[in-house]
Amino acid sequence: MEPSPTNPPVIELRSIAYALPNGQPLLHDLNLQVHRGETLVLLGRSGSGKTTTLKLINRLLTPSAGEVRVNGAPTAESNVIRLRRSIGYVIQDVGLFPHFTVERNIGLVPRIDGWPPDRIHARVQELLQLVELDSTIASRYPHQLSGGQRQRVGVARALAADPAILLMDEPFGAVDVITRDQLQREFLALQQRLNKTVVFVTHDLREALRLGSRIALMEAGRLVTVLPPHDFLHSTDSLAAAYVRAFGEGLDSAANRGTS
Amino acid sequence: MNVLHFFLQHHEEILELTLEHLWLVGISTLLAVLVGIPLGIVSAHWPVWNKPVLGTANVIQTVPSLALFGFLLPVPWIGARADRLAILALTLYALLPVIRNTYTGIRGVDPSVVEAGRGMGLTDGQLLLQVQLPLAVSVILSGVRVAVVVSVGLATIAAAIGAGGLGEFIFRGLAMVNNELILAGAIPAAILALSADFGLGWLERRLQPR
Repeated sequence: MEPSPTNPPVIELRSIAYALPNGQPLLHDLNLQVHRGETLVLLGRSGSGKTTTLKLINRLLTPSAGEVRVNGAPTAESNVIRLRRSIGYVIQDVGLFPHFTVERNIGLVPRIDGWPPDRIHARVQELLQLVELDSTIASRYPHQLSGGQRQRVGVARALAADPAILLMDEPFGAVDVITRDQLQREFLALQQRLNKTVVFVTHDLREALRLGSRIALMEAGRLVTVLPPHDFLHSTDSLAAAYVRAFGEGLDSAANRGTS
Repeated sequence: MNVLHFFLQHHEEILELTLEHLWLVGISTLLAVLVGIPLGIVSAHWPVWNKPVLGTANVIQTVPSLALFGFLLPVPWIGARADRLAILALTLYALLPVIRNTYTGIRGVDPSVVEAGRGMGLTDGQLLLQVQLPLAVSVILSGVRVAVVVSVGLATIAAAIGAGGLGEFIFRGLAMVNNELILAGAIPAAILALSADFGLGWLERRLQPR
């Protein structure tokens, strides 16, 4: 979807710079637009600035220069709590609350938002089904779950208040290969149904090709290039080409040919 | 046998002094918890407060107890009555373990859990009450347990300034070179300390998050 005055980007980063409190710069002159319903993958090595970029969107970090806009409004001027509740957030370590059952974990934001208990309960059941978990899991504690189950609960929790935007920081990075493959497949199916605007961080090119509608390659705090998966594979950009080479043969079949 | 005989003979006085002892320890622990937990929360939340708060509590801890009683004597209202003075001194000593464990407990919460909470849009207050404090509660309680056990021992010294408690027996026994009197103070004090340690330890394990 091309940006136009009637169809503004859902997320927009304008000339962003970010430096640590000690002055060390992490991001330079970053410009990026994410459109409704697409899965934009931030791809790059560790330390390239992917996670930092992601955290600028829900204002876990504030840029030292430039502007972040969500749904057209500068995040600096919006209520940060409201902003974060309107954006689902999934991280690699999941960060489930260990003292809450699965049900309470998923239902936390709805509960804080004052939903009536029966509505929360119904929503939790609906979400468990959506992420393909058995409803009996609702009364368990996080330490009683497998890694894959925990990650699914994390996704369900992020979706609880039905946010239009989803930020995912290497969500499938800490699970085994087979579980990851399954989670990726489910993510694609889920995305087809829900059509969220997703920003997805990964260092795995294969994952990026499979899940992304566009891939934004980052290196040393800069945005190198933004391309759809298929174009990325055949990019003449030297860094993108190096990435493709490093991941070897057989990537063509991995590329997302989805229409989103 | 002599000791047992003594205990039976003086059981009323022993009970009275034990209750007095409990009162000194109980009130001072309560005050230390009411002051110490908020201070621990403040120093965990605003790192600038960490050093001054914990530093002060540390310094107080190093003042010998008898000297602390002496220092507090000229304080108006407090110095006017021995029990007030003893309670304040015990409170000051109990602060350090309570503050330190509150700080450590909150800081020890898995960072990914805190980040997830923040990212979900919890306010600082919600994060504290729903996530950080519940997860830190067993660590905080173990600080309270240390404070209580130390207080039970320290409170015996409060008898030196006439605040009562089981120390009365001990000081009397020392003056009269009478072992039975010393034991009449020491044994109930030891039992108090052990039961507090056991009871709070049990509670701590019950509240331990998985």
